[in-house]
Amino acid sequence: MKILEMIRINQIHKSYITGQNSLHVLKGIDLQINAGEMISIMGASGSGKSTLLNILGILDTYDSGEYILDGLLINKLSERKAAQLRNRMLGFVFQSFNLVSFKNAMENVALPLYYQNIPRKKRNIVAMEYLDRMGLKDWAHHLPNELSGGQKQRVAIARALIGKPKVILADEPTGALDSTTSMEVMDILQEVNASGITVIIVTHEHDIALRTKKTIRITDGNITEVVEN
Amino acid sequence: MFDLDRWQEIYHVLSANKLRTFLTAFGVFWGIFMLVIMLGSGNGLQRGVTQNFGDMATNSVFIWTQQTTIPYKGFPRGRRYNFDNDDIVALHNTVPEIKYLAPRLQAGGYMQTNNVIRGLKSGIFTIMGDYPVYNKIDPLNFIKGRFINDLDIREKRKVAVIGTRVVDFLFKKDENPINQYIQVQGVYFQVIGVFQSKRTGEQANQENQNIYLPFTTLQQTYNYGNAVGFFSITAKDDIPVSVVEEKAIRLLKQRHSVAPADDPAVGHFNLKKEFDQMQGLFFGIRLLVWIVGTGTLMAGVIGVSNIMLVVVKERTKEIGIQRALGATPWKVISQIIMESVVMTTFSGYFGLVVGVGLLELINFLLGSTGAGTEMFVHPGIDFSVAITALSILVVCGVIAGLIPARRAVSVKPIDALRYE
Ligand SMILES: Nc1ncnc2c1ncn2[C@@H]1O[C@H](COP(=O)(O)OP(=O)(O)OP(=O)(O)O)[C@@H](O)[C@H]1O
Ligand SMILES: [Mg+2]
Repeated sequence: MKILEMIRINQIHKSYITGQNSLHVLKGIDLQINAGEMISIMGASGSGKSTLLNILGILDTYDSGEYILDGLLINKLSERKAAQLRNRMLGFVFQSFNLVSFKNAMENVALPLYYQNIPRKKRNIVAMEYLDRMGLKDWAHHLPNELSGGQKQRVAIARALIGKPKVILADEPTGALDSTTSMEVMDILQEVNASGITVIIVTHEHDIALRTKKTIRITDGNITEVVEN
Repeated sequence: MFDLDRWQEIYHVLSANKLRTFLTAFGVFWGIFMLVIMLGSGNGLQRGVTQNFGDMATNSVFIWTQQTTIPYKGFPRGRRYNFDNDDIVALHNTVPEIKYLAPRLQAGGYMQTNNVIRGLKSGIFTIMGDYPVYNKIDPLNFIKGRFINDLDIREKRKVAVIGTRVVDFLFKKDENPINQYIQVQGVYFQVIGVFQSKRTGEQANQENQNIYLPFTTLQQTYNYGNAVGFFSITAKDDIPVSVVEEKAIRLLKQRHSVAPADDPAVGHFNLKKEFDQMQGLFFGIRLLVWIVGTGTLMAGVIGVSNIMLVVVKERTKEIGIQRALGATPWKVISQIIMESVVMTTFSGYFGLVVGVGLLELINFLLGSTGAGTEMFVHPGIDFSVAITALSILVVCGVIAGLIPARRAVSVKPIDALRYE
């Protein structure tokens, strides 16, 4: 079976300019990730992990280099095009869950389908299926502030999956959870990966990284180590 | 079309801070409310003042004699003179632009003593001598009988046309004045018509106290010879009355040996000029109302825009989440504009309804008490003005939402997501 290249970045540089200071965060990153891989990114605080993940998620831009997502060069896209790509190709899981406060669990999960203009009834049915898979069917009509951290993160994962993305990007998905709940979330992400979706996780925790197939270590804006787990 | 998620979000945004929403909406409400009230009052004032003219032909001029101020053709200055019957023919012959020419004469002027008597009742009334054509220049509403006709003029009949106030004074409540006799300055006249003024307020009261006699009868009965008190002239429809005014005055000066330059010797009043001036005044009032009204409205709309800016700032993170999940810029922009339009349109519509309601209430009160009906008649606004105001609101809502909406999508999604 031919191995498909999902993500390729060549010599990516990124600096933040604040006032007169320029902070060089990514200093020429090269990375290639195949479809169906499950990768963790580790590194010290401030090393540039989130910056890299945000560029991969087309939430941020890069200064120089090349980013190719599923064969498509991601550079200077219109915000409209970028939004469509995020909607169709990518799923996000954040440390702080980022659920929409005035929408219940089901509506939160259905949100990506809303931006695909799928009728409300239909998208709610699909959202219920995904909630069911996360074991949260009974919580469908609860607002986020009525859910526990683990439940919120499972809702967020369901929301990330509903658009049938090719890549899931998770920035410290277990950072706000206790160890038991963290392991449950990792179980789910492993299942997601088993279904063929590429998963990239930024984490500080070793036992989380160990549950991925490959760990990339970033030190001071460069990839310094790649370990197969 | 009906997108529940949109309305859910609008509700969330507007209800998140109810007091703030209320105060902002109140700005727009007040703008439209003031606009409606001011426009309506302006209209009421205009209707009131215009009705003071009754059905009077506005293309008219009045001309009367005054003392001369320049010695001319052997006459000294300070001479008094009168127009006469021959002027009537001369005016008709020399000024073809005349449509109606009504020579008029007032008997006795304003008298201090009772000049009209019927049996034991008496009163002070204005006695006018008129030609039938006068009723074409300043039409009256006839309740009973008729105005003076040509036969009355030719035969110098002793007949009288009286106003409703005259009837009230001289007759009992259920008495029919027609064919009854009244004594006008010592001479008996038979009543042939009763009229009511078409004007409003005090002006109507004045006119309803008039008694009209045939011009020729009055001239003869009270020994005016062939004198004419003044002329009331209307110009033909497509000719400005000022043309007639000028020609008639020139002719009359010539006929009565008044120096051409002696302007004070001939009194004249151009109704058209007054009327136009008043129309100009009302135009000015309306313009002012629109400027002040839209200014107030603008202040309200700017308030909405400001609040939307605050809302967008508060919701930066939420909007960032939406964009991360695939909301296109247009989706975000249209959502914010819709929130702004909903806010302005609802509050504006409310202002419109309350404003019109208040005008209707004033109308009702004016009608039921009969107070102030002279200067203020049926205040209200046209339906088209209401529609215009509402359209302005929608447009304003869009404009108010535009800047905040643009700001919402001007930051990178990641910066929005990171916003604390
Ligand atoms: N928007 C920004 N403006 C300026 N500097 C920034 C911005 N975002 C990140 N940085 C800086 O860039 C560097 C890398 O940040 P980044 O968030 O990628 O680190 P990280 O590896 O994710 O760290 P952590 O493990 O603490 O999350 C840090 O020094 C941070 O201060
Ligand atoms: Mg980070």
